[in-house]
Amino acid sequence: MMNTDAVVHSLVHTNTVECVRNDYKGLPSTLCQGCGHNSIASQIITACYELNISPEKIVKFSGIGCSSKSPTYFLSRSFGFNGLHGRMPSLALGALFADHTLHGLGISGDGDTASIGMGQFKHLVRRNIPMVYIVENNGVYGLTKGQFAPTAEKGLRLKRQGVNAFQPVDICMEALASNATFVARSFAGDPKQVKELLKAALSHNGIAVLDIISPCVTFHNHENSMHSYMGGKALEAPLHEVTYVPSREEIVIDCFEEGETRDVILHDGSMVRLKKLEKDYDPTDRHRAFQMLDESEKKKLLITGLLYIEPYRPSLFDLYVLPETPLNRLTEERLRPPKESIGRLNQMML
Amino acid sequence: MELANPVQIKDTSPPKNGAVINDFCITFSTINGSGSATANTTLLRAIFKMGVPVSGKNILPSNIQGLPTWYTLRVSKDGYLGRLEKDDIVVSMNPITFSKEQEYIVPGGVLLYSDEIKLHIRREDIHVYPMPVNNILNTVGIPAKLRDYTANMVYVGILAELLGIKMKNVVQALEFHFKGKESAIKPNLDVINLAAKWAQDNLKKSDPYFIRSMDANVNCIISDGNTAAGLGAIYGGVQFVGWYPITPATSLAETMHEYVPILRKDQKEEGKETCVMIQAEDEIAAIGMAIGAGWGGLRAMTATSGPGLSLMAEYLGLAYYTETPVVVWDVQRVGPSTGLPTRTAQGDITFANFIGHGDTQYILLFPGSVKECFEFGWRAFDLAERMQTPVIVLSDLDLGMNQWISEPFEYPDQPMDRGKVLWEDDLEKILEKTGEKWGRYLDIDGDGIPYRTLPGNQNPRSAYFSRGTGHDEYGAYREDPEVWERTLSRLKLKFETAKKFTPKPILREMARAKIGILSVGSTDFSIQEARDQLAEQGIATNHMRIRAIPFDDEIRKFIEAHDIVFVVEINRDGQLKQLLTIQFPEQATKLKMVARIDGLPLSANWIEEQISAKEASK
Ligand SMILES: Cc1ncc(C[n+]2csc(CCOP(=O)(O)OP(=O)(O)O)c2C)c(N)n1
Ligand code: SF4
Ligand SMILES: [Mg+2]
Repeated sequence: MMNTDAVVHSLVHTNTVECVRNDYKGLPSTLCQGCGHNSIASQIITACYELNISPEKIVKFSGIGCSSKSPTYFLSRSFGFNGLHGRMPSLALGALFADHTLHGLGISGDGDTASIGMGQFKHLVRRNIPMVYIVENNGVYGLTKGQFAPTAEKGLRLKRQGVNAFQPVDICMEALASNATFVARSFAGDPKQVKELLKAALSHNGIAVLDIISPCVTFHNHENSMHSYMGGKALEAPLHEVTYVPSREEIVIDCFEEGETRDVILHDGSMVRLKKLEKDYDPTDRHRAFQMLDESEKKKLLITGLLYIEPYRPSLFDLYVLPETPLNRLTEERLRPPKESIGRLNQMML
Repeated sequence: MELANPVQIKDTSPPKNGAVINDFCITFSTINGSGSATANTTLLRAIFKMGVPVSGKNILPSNIQGLPTWYTLRVSKDGYLGRLEKDDIVVSMNPITFSKEQEYIVPGGVLLYSDEIKLHIRREDIHVYPMPVNNILNTVGIPAKLRDYTANMVYVGILAELLGIKMKNVVQALEFHFKGKESAIKPNLDVINLAAKWAQDNLKKSDPYFIRSMDANVNCIISDGNTAAGLGAIYGGVQFVGWYPITPATSLAETMHEYVPILRKDQKEEGKETCVMIQAEDEIAAIGMAIGAGWGGLRAMTATSGPGLSLMAEYLGLAYYTETPVVVWDVQRVGPSTGLPTRTAQGDITFANFIGHGDTQYILLFPGSVKECFEFGWRAFDLAERMQTPVIVLSDLDLGMNQWISEPFEYPDQPMDRGKVLWEDDLEKILEKTGEKWGRYLDIDGDGIPYRTLPGNQNPRSAYFSRGTGHDEYGAYREDPEVWERTLSRLKLKFETAKKFTPKPILREMARAKIGILSVGSTDFSIQEARDQLAEQGIATNHMRIRAIPFDDEIRKFIEAHDIVFVVEINRDGQLKQLLTIQFPEQATKLKMVARIDGLPLSANWIEEQISAKEASK
């Protein structure tokens, strides 16, 4: 949370795109008080404000679920499309081709992504479209009132359904397996880390998957589960301390000792600085990331941080020869082949 | 006829000396995957180049290699292009179907067969010519690996000699097929030439069939409907295609993959392309991508067939309610279920019309010819963007995958209609005009069509949030009963407005006709032939080919003006008739179903028999 001074400051202080923090706000939330999704929404607002992205340069997408409702609670000045359950990836992909200069921001739930939407999710990741894909992961279906999500831990007991007999789906693992170029896990109860990871994700030229544990206070806030605030806090094991450094900014943060930090330069020249905590962790080592996820599963730890990054793989847009002008601004002269061509075409059909 | 060039010769008197000229059917029986398509289309094209109206139909099994496959060429001096239920000449290369095929040959017809087939020929009333296929291939010295592919060229040469197809035209056809590639043309041509020579030296022609040059095909082209549709879309400025392979729609998207790089180079930024194509992971994703792109302001489409359309139901409902333009080509095949994937049908009419839960309505287009596939290829985008709604184009396998003689493609005669789109300044102007009132779903003009803004618009007041949940004129979430009713009523009004933009039905009249015929799509060819046959029996008919839903008011007038109206279609339940019954309940008793589905295009004979029998039983 920001301190009061900072709040007051952001109300009056315009960023470099002439916006105050309020310009990034949405409608009042209708989610439950204390829902993790709300705290993520507020970090999105802050991250976009601090990143100096004009709200008109962002497009929001979501599927169906409590999580997917949340795009109305931030960035009112951004276009958005609340689509179908599990099918947001395809919608976002098509829409982002309309104007490749926009930032895509997708919000999904763990059911929306890892159950009904697993196929579309993995294919979106595989295509490496530049967008941020947030899974607000609470281990349950919030909107339909508390059924098991595919991310629910084995052995979890829910009021109506009894005990979950199945191994959970690990969204980061799925993303990695699909060759994601940016995979991070965070916890809604760790707003600073969420915000820094969000900024890095928004600067990444490719798909950035953020699996954020986001407690459902109404249906799944068991203290011994890692999807709850208490459980999450107790089990969180950050890999490193994440700081996003914008490209224009001189790197003025304290000088770390050699070997204490890792800097990853992103496509747009900005940087993620990862300060070592207990052990060194190399986020460009995909193999290590798999291992780390596997170990944390076994140890029942909530590993958070930037698990994997590959900043320079060509994005989906790089694979097409798109004009500089956004496609949705092209006029008839550029879209309809010239009249002379029809004669030649008919000749080809003889 | 609308399609084949109107042909003047109208000589129905028996041919002199019993010769049958330019009016018969040839059926080729081959093994699927044996390269017979090259041989068959070479003959089709050669006959076309002789100026003789000809049509070709594939009857394919649903596999790539090994099962029997048939191809029928219909040569028709009168320009009839529909299916004919008779075989004048059968060319048999397949022992498995050899016995069966003999049964279908008309008395006095012809059987040409590979002399490798050592089976008994039971018919004594037909002309029989064995073809020394292996001998000819050996003489030419075709390498083993090419044998299967060139074997069918033997019958090309023999038929050319037997029927009088000009070798010059055969060469032209081969050059077309192999895009002038000498190394591919030569072995095939060698086989053809030797086979023709063999026929000249060894065959004594006893049958009555001849092909003689005409000039009926002046200015005509040959194309299949899918190619035409894909090209039409390219001329319509399509910007996004999301698709998933499915017979018989695959070739529509593949044509686009082929032509986009040629026809859609950006005129301004060199080396850039203005259309994006993505093969999606399934049809749900394909339609999702297209709807996303349509929402973003791109001319977006997908192409599919029944099973894919079934998967698209939920998304199409979303597009209807969020008022998102998108174009869906459904190249129909036989259902339900996987059905007969390589056979034709008009079985998705009611499904496409009602697709999705709740109250929905879609603009449906029914192209009836190759030329119209091209036209609807571009026009569908104008409609979708003008009306801000999905447009589903119902083609079928027969139209989409078979080669048809057609008038040439016509360059769009109207500029693109991008509909009511507001960019930065437009929005300012409309705010000024309406006194600061603009909402994404606000009906400013009273025609049910609101104004939309597109992502990327930098005007801070341009953004809105699209949602499939209840929303008011400003896009805000609302559950209020009156808001829901108001929106759904406006959508209905919008659908009425669509009638101003949809293609009108096409009427063909005969003097003093009391009988009406209604149809959609590719049945047109056989219907026109059936009408001529009926006219010969003294039964005059008027025909209206419906080209769009919402139904035009002309259709009501047409039904009113006739004593009885036959609704001809390729499905079991009379789906078009069902929709007409719903739309025009007072007229419903006049509608008579002439519907059938067996996987094949309707033949003129069958339509004629149905109508004359129903007439007689009155
Ligand atoms: C096709 C379809 N099936 C089922 C539903 C019902 N449904 C709505 S939200 C939801 C689950 C949402 O869970 P999750 O994605 O985890 O989001 P959360 O509410 O937990 O944030 C389901 C099953 C639906 N809207 N659409
Ligand atoms: S039900 Fe759970 S997920 Fe939904 S709003 Fe409430 S706390 Fe959040
Ligand atoms: Mg959930």
